[in-house]
Amino acid sequence: MATRDIPNVDGDGAANLPGFQVELARDEPMRLDSGETIGPFTMAYTTSGTLNADKSNAILICHALTGDQYVVESHPLTGKPGWWESMVGPGRPIDTDRFFIICVNVLGGCMGSTGPRDINSETGEPWGLDFPVITIGDMVRAQALLLDHLGIDQLFSAVGGSMGAMQVLEWAAKYPERVFSVVPIAGAARHSAQNIAFHEVGRQAIMADPDWRKGNYLKEGANPKGGLSVARMAAHITYLSETALHRKFGRKLQARDAVSFGFDADFQVESYLRHQGSTFVERFDANSYLYITRAMDYFDLAAEHDGILAGAFEATNVRFCIISFTSDWLFPTEESRDVVRALNAVAANVSFVEIETDKGHDAFLLDEPEFYQTVSGFIEGVAEHRGVGVKPEQSAK
Amino acid sequence: MNVGDGGISANDGGHVLKRRDLEIIAGMIADGSRALDIGCGDGALLDYLVHRKNVDARGIELSQAGVNSCVAHGLSVIQGDADTDLAYYPDHAFDYVVLTRTLQATRNPRDVVSQLVRIGHHAIVSFTNFGHWRVRLRLLTEGRMPVVGDDGYAWHDTPNIHLCTIRDFSLMCEDLGLTVRRAISLSRSGEGRELKSAGAAANLRGEEAIFLLTRE
Repeated sequence: MATRDIPNVDGDGAANLPGFQVELARDEPMRLDSGETIGPFTMAYTTSGTLNADKSNAILICHALTGDQYVVESHPLTGKPGWWESMVGPGRPIDTDRFFIICVNVLGGCMGSTGPRDINSETGEPWGLDFPVITIGDMVRAQALLLDHLGIDQLFSAVGGSMGAMQVLEWAAKYPERVFSVVPIAGAARHSAQNIAFHEVGRQAIMADPDWRKGNYLKEGANPKGGLSVARMAAHITYLSETALHRKFGRKLQARDAVSFGFDADFQVESYLRHQGSTFVERFDANSYLYITRAMDYFDLAAEHDGILAGAFEATNVRFCIISFTSDWLFPTEESRDVVRALNAVAANVSFVEIETDKGHDAFLLDEPEFYQTVSGFIEGVAEHRGVGVKPEQSAK
Repeated sequence: MNVGDGGISANDGGHVLKRRDLEIIAGMIADGSRALDIGCGDGALLDYLVHRKNVDARGIELSQAGVNSCVAHGLSVIQGDADTDLAYYPDHAFDYVVLTRTLQATRNPRDVVSQLVRIGHHAIVSFTNFGHWRVRLRLLTEGRMPVVGDDGYAWHDTPNIHLCTIRDFSLMCEDLGLTVRRAISLSRSGEGRELKSAGAAANLRGEEAIFLLTRE
């Protein structure tokens, strides 16, 4: 490890989180897209593998809406395995024996990076809704500051699914000299009206919970668990497909032989969703959920270029590998294809693969052999081109 | 990198071309140039160009299985359709745009060829020559539609909807105002013959033809 970042105590037990925490923007606050500034702020991150001497083998993994930095190691709160340990690890498509993996909890998150539940030093109380609204651009700007801190000029690659794909595209658009390649998976260059609509349902569920207390629940010792749970349940449906839900649950009843003629969780699918909701609230902050969903809603890479997406990638040298899934109705293939067309319009180096699966948006987190082959082949091709991350047995020759 | 399937050989460190037409096409492409292979199939030509000629080579392939296999082998390939997706590329983005054994399956070959010379400084097009004597003979003696090439499609199941002869293709190029830099006909044994003109003899003897075209 090149750095010895010290756990940053923020009074919320975050000091006990595995991984690293570093305070950034200490000398000069960071500008946000909203026009406000933030700083100093904390970024919590994990690393795996070893950074090579010329710091050319770093891969940034960008997590999704409710993800965090525990991509490989088990989660400190839930004890579950790393959320992408099938993709990232020794001998995996993103091979920690060859690459140095960095995964950062996003700005506005609730796993150690500064977010709305942290203490605002000016008031001595949790930020709540006084926390500035952040964007995908702000998240990436903060990640760039972390790379500065780590002394990494250029990432070998930035890889991410869903909101992670948005960050990865933002990296390519705003810092093309700092990413040699990017792998946006199940993503889009802008959040669609349908997706904004789903997010609004989730936010309204949280804000309708009396325990939300206009965002001041931490100060008032409450927790809008019901609202956040409903938000999660609704969102979770959008991550699956009709086929996958039907295969898993059908109309099967939950621990009973007949319907109850009441409003218990008669059906297995109801029980499953309630479980998803109730476990989620144990590890996620309701205000963070508001802020991060908002960041996704505001994302539109073409907006700064008069609606012409190609303008965001003019003269890019970044190598792109864009991946979508056939049954993903949240970020359908057509969204990825729009990005591909924009990249073709600037003759960028782009690969585009659509993976056949019935598992919906969540397919990027699940075992899909063809998906792994795609990522692994792309990384291999880039490694060959870049001359780094050569397989150990080859370098031994 | 070893690529074991399809037309790519894993021997000799890999990156060997097995198809004679691809060898000839690769010979037309300058080292270190930029090339786009439309209908790149299993990526044999791309693999060769990238590794043997240091070409910045990209591909477009209609079949998703072909695309996924190419990308899994480290090649830059997207899923796309020659008829619809070429319009998104800017003018002269590539030194060479290659279309091998694909023109006959496009809906509008004339537009596709126009796109090739717009996107690339050079276009390389290969196709099966339906003016070959064997094709003519079958139609004449058996009264049946010719079956050509390795795929052996019957008339009712072929994806090849716009078949042409060397002479037909030459006339279309002339009509489009294109310059034929080189034209090569290939015999069944894979023997290449440089065509001075798309004369009657070439149109009879060539099973396959490769044209190098420019707009200039």
